[in-house]
Amino acid sequence: MLNAHQLSFQFTAGVPLLQNVSLAIEAGQWVGLSGDSGAGKSTLGKLLAGYLTPHKGNVILDNATLPTSGVQPVQWLPQSPELAVNPRWRVAKILREAWTPSEAQCQAFGVQPHWLSRFPHALSGGELQRVCVLRALAPGVRFLVADEISTMLDPITQVELWQALKQKAEQRRLGVLVISHDTALLKRLCTQRYHLSNAQLTPIS
Amino acid sequence: MIRHQPRLRALLSAGITLLLIMGLIASQWLLGDTPQQMQFDARLAPPSLAHWFGTDALGRELWARTLAGLSISFWVGCLAALLSTLIALSLAALAALSRRLDALVSLLIDTLLSVPHLILLMLIAFALGGGTQAVIIAVAATHWPSLARVLRAELLHLRQAPYVRISRALGKSRWFVLHSHLLPHLLPHCLIGALLLFPHAILHEAALTFLGFGLSPSQPAVGVLLAEAMRYLTGGYWWLGVFPGLGLLIMVLCFARLGSNLRRAL
Repeated sequence: MLNAHQLSFQFTAGVPLLQNVSLAIEAGQWVGLSGDSGAGKSTLGKLLAGYLTPHKGNVILDNATLPTSGVQPVQWLPQSPELAVNPRWRVAKILREAWTPSEAQCQAFGVQPHWLSRFPHALSGGELQRVCVLRALAPGVRFLVADEISTMLDPITQVELWQALKQKAEQRRLGVLVISHDTALLKRLCTQRYHLSNAQLTPIS
Repeated sequence: MIRHQPRLRALLSAGITLLLIMGLIASQWLLGDTPQQMQFDARLAPPSLAHWFGTDALGRELWARTLAGLSISFWVGCLAALLSTLIALSLAALAALSRRLDALVSLLIDTLLSVPHLILLMLIAFALGGGTQAVIIAVAATHWPSLARVLRAELLHLRQAPYVRISRALGKSRWFVLHSHLLPHLLPHCLIGALLLFPHAILHEAALTFLGFGLSPSQPAVGVLLAEAMRYLTGGYWWLGVFPGLGLLIMVLCFARLGSNLRRAL
């Protein structure tokens, strides 16, 4: 279980972005997070994945803090896939950085074999996003923070991506935090939803 | 037309510089001991068809001595610029590893930048006893700070890039991130940095030698030629200073142009 306990965070002194925010995600659970632009959704996601350190509170994974080395059990997926890959590497190398997915696993995410020899700039945003999601599913990963990963995709690609991820998450009992502005998407995917505003997290029933 | 095509300009200056380098290397083979041959019947002869650049006080051909001097300068400049770039790159990489090391490297850069170049150069060259090696070490040890500062800033910026953070989160070591993500990105910067360091390096080599802290007077280095010319300049023997100086200027300009054209093109 991933537990965020009383997190507080601020970028500028005196202007708290998050104040005493607590959140729990169980293995296999899908949690939705919505909120206005600048409310701190991505910051909360980054805190959960260990990319930022909270000023107060802590992130606990099964009674221990997040590890400092090795494959992080909580992986963050950013909105812009083109920033998430080394522009000088080919797709095969990008994938291999984390693990080597089988052909079937590639197929499940629609990652075509002929993409592997291409550079990131030769793939579309949607194609690259699928590569990034597949990369993040390395062995040892137990939670995903999907930070608006489908915002830039067309509806059909969105459905394909979420279906593939859903299937994989069920198989491996992955916990997923879905950050999105799209209420309909969150309703459809998540069993539990939260709204972030004024530095506070409120559950949506 | 060329004015608006940075790649073409870079290619053109690369071609000219390459020709210059090849000419210098070829001249080393072709000249033999011409730069040292004395002709006592033609001392301080002005430029003519027989003596293209004139001769010096010992009747040695100045064109041969200028070419030999430029090729010595070229090798010294190459080695010094290469060493300098390596120092800059290593220190920038060190700074990227931790905050404490970064503070230490920044302090070192600021300290070196605050000391006048030439004084430090003279001190190091003097402490090492002069000679080619001392000049190379002195120039290399004093020219890295500005490049190190650029590389450090670039590395610090790159370290925050999402793909670098993700690489760490995927369990990759700092060393892996450094040599597979960060350093390949810095190579073009290093190439241009080294090219821009090169003219500085040869100018300072010539200056050190001119001041008597550098290469030995028996070598026909450009600095030695210029220092010798100083003694005869008042006698109207202008060619002794003009030709080696012009040669140095052309070489420095070639490399400086190549560096700045490449920076625009890449």
